[in-house]
Amino acid sequence: MLQITNLQARVEDKPILKGINLTVKPGEVHAIMGPNGSGKSTLAGVLAGKGEYEVTGGEVTFDGKDLLDLDPEERAREGLFLAFQYPVEIPGVSNSYFLKAALNAVRKHRGEAEVDAIEFMKLVKAKMKVLEMDPAFLGRSVNQGFSGGEKKRNEIFQMAVLEPRLALLDETDSGLDIDALQVVSKGVNALRSPERATIVVTHYQRLLNYIVPDFVHVLANGRIIRSGGKELALELEAKGYGWLDQGAA
Amino acid sequence: MSTATDTIEQLATQEYKYGFETLIEADTFPPGLSEDVVRAISARKREPEWMLEWRLKALKAWTGMTEPTWPNVHYPAPKFQEISYFSAPKNQKKLESLDEVDPEILATFAKLGIPLNEQKLLSGVAVDAVFDSVSVATTFKKKLGELGIIFCSFSEAVENHPELVRKYVGSVVPHTDNFYAALNTAVFSDGSFVYVPKGVRCPMELSTYFRINAKGTGQFERTLIIADEGAYVSYLEGCTAPMRDEHQLHAAVVELVALDGATIKYSTVQNWYPGDKDGKGGIFNFVTKRGKAMKDAKITWTQVETGSAITWKYPSCLLVGDNAVGEFYSVAVVNNHQQADTGTKMVHLGKNTRSTIVSKGISAGVGQNSYRGLVKIAKGATGSRNYTQCDSLLIGDRCGAHTFPYIEVKNTTSTVEHEASTSKIGEDQIFYLRQRGLATEDAVNMIVNGFCKEVFRELPMEFAVEAQKLLGVSLEGSVG
Repeated sequence: MLQITNLQARVEDKPILKGINLTVKPGEVHAIMGPNGSGKSTLAGVLAGKGEYEVTGGEVTFDGKDLLDLDPEERAREGLFLAFQYPVEIPGVSNSYFLKAALNAVRKHRGEAEVDAIEFMKLVKAKMKVLEMDPAFLGRSVNQGFSGGEKKRNEIFQMAVLEPRLALLDETDSGLDIDALQVVSKGVNALRSPERATIVVTHYQRLLNYIVPDFVHVLANGRIIRSGGKELALELEAKGYGWLDQGAA
Repeated sequence: MSTATDTIEQLATQEYKYGFETLIEADTFPPGLSEDVVRAISARKREPEWMLEWRLKALKAWTGMTEPTWPNVHYPAPKFQEISYFSAPKNQKKLESLDEVDPEILATFAKLGIPLNEQKLLSGVAVDAVFDSVSVATTFKKKLGELGIIFCSFSEAVENHPELVRKYVGSVVPHTDNFYAALNTAVFSDGSFVYVPKGVRCPMELSTYFRINAKGTGQFERTLIIADEGAYVSYLEGCTAPMRDEHQLHAAVVELVALDGATIKYSTVQNWYPGDKDGKGGIFNFVTKRGKAMKDAKITWTQVETGSAITWKYPSCLLVGDNAVGEFYSVAVVNNHQQADTGTKMVHLGKNTRSTIVSKGISAGVGQNSYRGLVKIAKGATGSRNYTQCDSLLIGDRCGAHTFPYIEVKNTTSTVEHEASTSKIGEDQIFYLRQRGLATEDAVNMIVNGFCKEVFRELPMEFAVEAQKLLGVSLEGSVG
């Protein structure tokens, strides 16, 4: 589904990604771990098409298409979803208005009919139940005045509604207490299916107790220095990143 | 701006070469302004003597005034002796079909969702018999007439209801008020008049009908709206359709009178030609709008200003009676080379008067947007309150937003609150929305409309929908 080959990228003049190789197949969950500054968030940003990153080499295909050639909105409509580490506030725009516009943009791209207000509400209410959200939330402005936990929950809620083929979760666990973490994980797990894949970017192993990965990759200094199964995360938890880091530097 | 002063001086000394007798015959007056011109306008409109006297007093006052230079806008001073001050209403050349209309204008109509028949009317295409605007107007007027509501052109009001006009015209904006109000008083061509009798609630927005008939909008318009005791009226002015006009200078005066317990809502969507991308052409829109609210009365101004090269406009409220309420909700957009200096004045005179100001300024391109507002609470206006919220949104890094709030409070029992913010449409906001599948322009639209929400919800429903679309069209291409 996703094929990353020797991907290199920089911010301004600073090289961040120095040759990433990664293959993600449908149905898989990959965790990308690594110390701060290793390039985890950059990788998520590059895949989503964030403007501040400049790709300097390599290629990425998504369902056979050249991902790097697509605009961010085209990537989104093709089914790539980024759950932001720092979700953005959009004052005056209600969650329901925003989400309905997003859903219809995606549906239109897929050649499906746009949903009307009634269908939309039906769909959304079911998803809200899973994520234990107050329906009053729909009328509030996007992320405005939300706590850190509410923002993260909103990301997963949007993901649940948009049903992406590939979800990128960028440090979704940061700033979450244990209850919120469980709810968010439930939302992510509910979406797991043989057709979909998930990439979980995280600093800590904790999240992976709830969203159990098939593969764990350790990113350091812009390269994947180690890949393994879910037990690799536990090993990292016990030994710290320093244990692997020396080889990469 | 010394050129402006020069022009006025020239004007005062120069002799106008066309006599009254020549003018009275002409379809369009030769350029220039003089006492004869004013007399001729008044005679052409068969106005009573008092109206002529008033116009002449205004002309005299204007001759001694200088063009205001305090607004934060820059433009070449209009040459007042090169303007023709009267054109007899003439029938526009009718086009056979919409195919003959500038495709660019048609594209904008389509984006705004203007119905086909209205498109035809707006662009001067002959309309089929099914859609007869005259009959629409007639049914409409009959309904209003049954309630005793008068809604007619200013000229008709002078002819048919001289006592009402004489009593109220100039009572809110005196002929000496300011340079452009004085000029308007001297030479205004026509405008609208509304009177709602005691205790009557006007059952419809004075709007849809008006839009259809607004094609002959004049250069110097005069509007007078009177809501008698306990009456209610909502009035919509303007049109979302792009309006081109051969006159560059527009100087309108609007006066609102809300008697005890009355409510007037006045909503404007202004989309005059803003000039091209390089700042060439475009309308100068210098407007004086003011309302007087008596005891327990309420006046609400709502405006969406997207057009004109230069906008200079401060819809204001004189809160004369006790418990009077004044509100001002404004969205002002400048793109490319547009400049706007707009805001309001809330003058609290009565006890326990309240005012609310919500101003949203959006700047894009190299546009300059200034909010200028005065909140004045007189000594006797005890227990009064004002709340002001003034937000600016910047798109790109070459535009400007400026805020000039003036606050004068003369007693100790009143409360004034002022909140202001300036923000930039963030790349991160746009990226967030694009990551969810929205195109860049839709993303910008969504952010801008969210920013303006508090103002849009004050607009009548259908107008609000149009205003949202209009914002999108006005800001097209502002984000690369």
